[in-house]
Amino acid sequence: MKWVTCAALLGLMSVAQSAHADEKLTVYSYRQAFLVEPILKRFTDETGIAVNVVFAKDGIAERIAREGRLSPADLVLTSDFSRLVELVDKDLTAPVKSEQLNSNIPAQYRDPDGQWYALTMRVRNLYTAKDRLGPQAISYEELADPKYKGKICTRSGKHPYNIALVASMIAHHGEADTKTWLQGVKTNLARKPQGNDRAQVKAVKEGLCDIAIGNSYYYGNMLQDPEQKSWAEAVAINFPNQADRGAHVNVSGMVLTRYAPNKDNAIKLMEFLSADVAQKAYAEVNMEYPVKADVAPSTLVASWGEFKSDQLPIFKLAEYHQAAVKLLDEVQFDL
Amino acid sequence: MILGLARSWSLTGYAIAALLVLPLFALILQAAQPDEAVFGHLLSTVLPTYISNSLWLILWVSIGSLLLALPCAWLMARCEFVARRYLQWALLLPLAMPAYIVAYVYTDLLDYAGPVQTGLRSVFGWSSPQDYFFPDIRTLGGAACVLSLVLFPYIYLLARTAFMEQSLSLAHASRIMGCSPWQSFWRLSLPMARPALAVGVALVAMETAADFATVNYFAVPTLTTAVYDTWLGYGNLTAAAKLSAIILLVVFSLIGVERFARRKQQLFQKQSRIQASDLYRLSPMQTLLALGYCITLLLLAFVLPSGILLSYAIDYFEQSWDPIFWQLSVNSLSLALITSSVCCVIALILMFIRRVSPRSSDALPSRLASTGYALPGTVLAIGVLVPLTLLDFAINDVADWLGMTGPGLLLTGSTVALVFAFCVRFVAIAIGSVETSYKRISPSLDMVSLTLGQSPRRLLQRVHLPLLTKGLFAGALLVFIESMKELPAALLLRPIGFENLATYVFQFVSDEKLEHGALPAIVIVLVGLVPLIYLNRSLEQDSR
Repeated sequence: MKWVTCAALLGLMSVAQSAHADEKLTVYSYRQAFLVEPILKRFTDETGIAVNVVFAKDGIAERIAREGRLSPADLVLTSDFSRLVELVDKDLTAPVKSEQLNSNIPAQYRDPDGQWYALTMRVRNLYTAKDRLGPQAISYEELADPKYKGKICTRSGKHPYNIALVASMIAHHGEADTKTWLQGVKTNLARKPQGNDRAQVKAVKEGLCDIAIGNSYYYGNMLQDPEQKSWAEAVAINFPNQADRGAHVNVSGMVLTRYAPNKDNAIKLMEFLSADVAQKAYAEVNMEYPVKADVAPSTLVASWGEFKSDQLPIFKLAEYHQAAVKLLDEVQFDL
Repeated sequence: MILGLARSWSLTGYAIAALLVLPLFALILQAAQPDEAVFGHLLSTVLPTYISNSLWLILWVSIGSLLLALPCAWLMARCEFVARRYLQWALLLPLAMPAYIVAYVYTDLLDYAGPVQTGLRSVFGWSSPQDYFFPDIRTLGGAACVLSLVLFPYIYLLARTAFMEQSLSLAHASRIMGCSPWQSFWRLSLPMARPALAVGVALVAMETAADFATVNYFAVPTLTTAVYDTWLGYGNLTAAAKLSAIILLVVFSLIGVERFARRKQQLFQKQSRIQASDLYRLSPMQTLLALGYCITLLLLAFVLPSGILLSYAIDYFEQSWDPIFWQLSVNSLSLALITSSVCCVIALILMFIRRVSPRSSDALPSRLASTGYALPGTVLAIGVLVPLTLLDFAINDVADWLGMTGPGLLLTGSTVALVFAFCVRFVAIAIGSVETSYKRISPSLDMVSLTLGQSPRRLLQRVHLPLLTKGLFAGALLVFIESMKELPAALLLRPIGFENLATYVFQFVSDEKLEHGALPAIVIVLVGLVPLIYLNRSLEQDSR
């Protein structure tokens, strides 16, 4: 059984040695590591607290639930509201009481009990082909209008950004009307939902479709990217429903985990993320709208003009999340 | 089989198998929970499409890989023509390519804005997508083509080994009886290679069933993507586990059918290699055909994708070169090395027990251990976390009880979870490989050695091990390459701050920015190439 001993030794050798630094912090992030790392690096420079970031596209809530009281996670960063609420619903969060957070983040962008805090806002825009449609005063409802048959491109309906949009439609119009609307949009799709938001804009440039659904910051990021600049230049950015309720807004945010081993450091980071430096960085680096009222969006983002945003309370998006997913399946949106 | 094998052997086998089946068991328990009617809702809406997509994909990829692999395997094993020596290892190269990267490269190449269609438009003066027809790569067919191109070397490798090791006397006999190469292939080599082919097809089918990244990228919803969706979209692990159970059912029935079809076959050959003098010399015309076929395949499956990657890597070198690469490479390498060693040891022990035990029930551990391969990485990750978390909590509770500070997440917070998950998923490859090799060792050797008074352990060490070396190597290297490429499980189970090449590349690919991830992707391919070349060398050397 020498073999078995060897195998066991190999297994033991693979156990990672965890160094014990006093000042540290672990962040589980749904947001891409390279988006948040520059901001976290500044935090480390200022406070001397080392931050470990674990990025995962999905499954963070499941993971934290399994890790339970032994979870090393202190803070979770999400890129969508439903994920914040999922963490709260699964009882994985701890309330945070902080003067600084409350003064930095407006009341509608945080949980009354301090279970979650939003950090940035993003609009779900409709991009139109400059040469074929030009800028349009368009509404989400019009996406189902037969005049756009074969003209619309979108990423998977099951992506959190689209689920949140559908949830907002349910909140405003009810399930039955939203189902009819989804069927209309599906009929109007130029191709099966595929790719990410940037790929939709690219498709407009290529002439595959005339209207693309996509988040606001992608437009800014694409204009900064030498590869993708020409894609973004082929479209006009439109803020939907300006004539009525305003554009659908989603938020990225953060929660303190229930069993955070470095709770104080985590709250320090939360406060840092809600304060001017980080809010400005989000605005400049990621082209998002900061939640802190007195931090201006970047010049580029500001150049897209003022817009009216949907005043639907943000918790409604989470409330109709399941219903939205079910409707998307019922109309077989992605198939 | 032998008359007496100590119970401790069987117990060891069962203990290993039990450990490897734990995640599966955890999943099945999960699937048995009630799930708030989510599964019923899926069943009445999208599930039929998911299931049919999965089945068609598995079918097409199995057929596709088999058709691509068989001619190459036979040509390389039994024919002599110019450049054969180089081609025979070159055809393994596609194994080093992660499927999702090949998918990405081909999408880039063939979509509307890609060079192919742009070229066609400029030649024919078309201006919009409505002007002409071009097959869309982001379809079931496209996914099947890409997966076949990436997976065919599994079958090629196993089939070539089988063809090469087929008995010399049979080859001689077929020559004397005047068989043409074609007849010799159909009537002799193919039926005899069936066990190896079956293992190969089963591996390919399971790889296909578990593929997530490619179908996800192509927007082809299959059961695997549905598991993902249900777990994350509906936030319902139980319904996701139920879907996983369907995947398992599909895979197990495939394996069952295959085994049932071979239930009466028995093949025992003496280990003897085909000599150079026994190879068929191809005529110039045949040579041209053979070369044309193999080179085209190689171009499509490896040269073209890696060429495109290379050009991206060169263009974006300054933006993507980062000293972190060395660390990422070391992480990927060590993970793959540990996984492949552990898998080999497990495969050897389990298959040995199955081989020599007089108790027919002792075949069970190796069968059970092979089931993990059918689990998609994401689902497996959860399945692994459940038992390991329990164990972690137990360890901490014991530490508390003894008045010590608990070690925290000793297993789930370290690479142990990763290695464990990778072993659960890939041990089937090693087992399949060892099984194929065992099939070629005559049982009379066991009898002789035991008659001469050798203990089972000595039989394993002195008789089986030397004869199994090749199969073990082949298995180890396949596991190694798989571990280099495995993504979903790595994403979910990696310890804090641990990043390897696959997860690093994925960040870029999922953002549709392959250009920036091209350099680390090339490193994955290069690291995978080293063992492939070594593997081929070991296959070529005469067994003395």
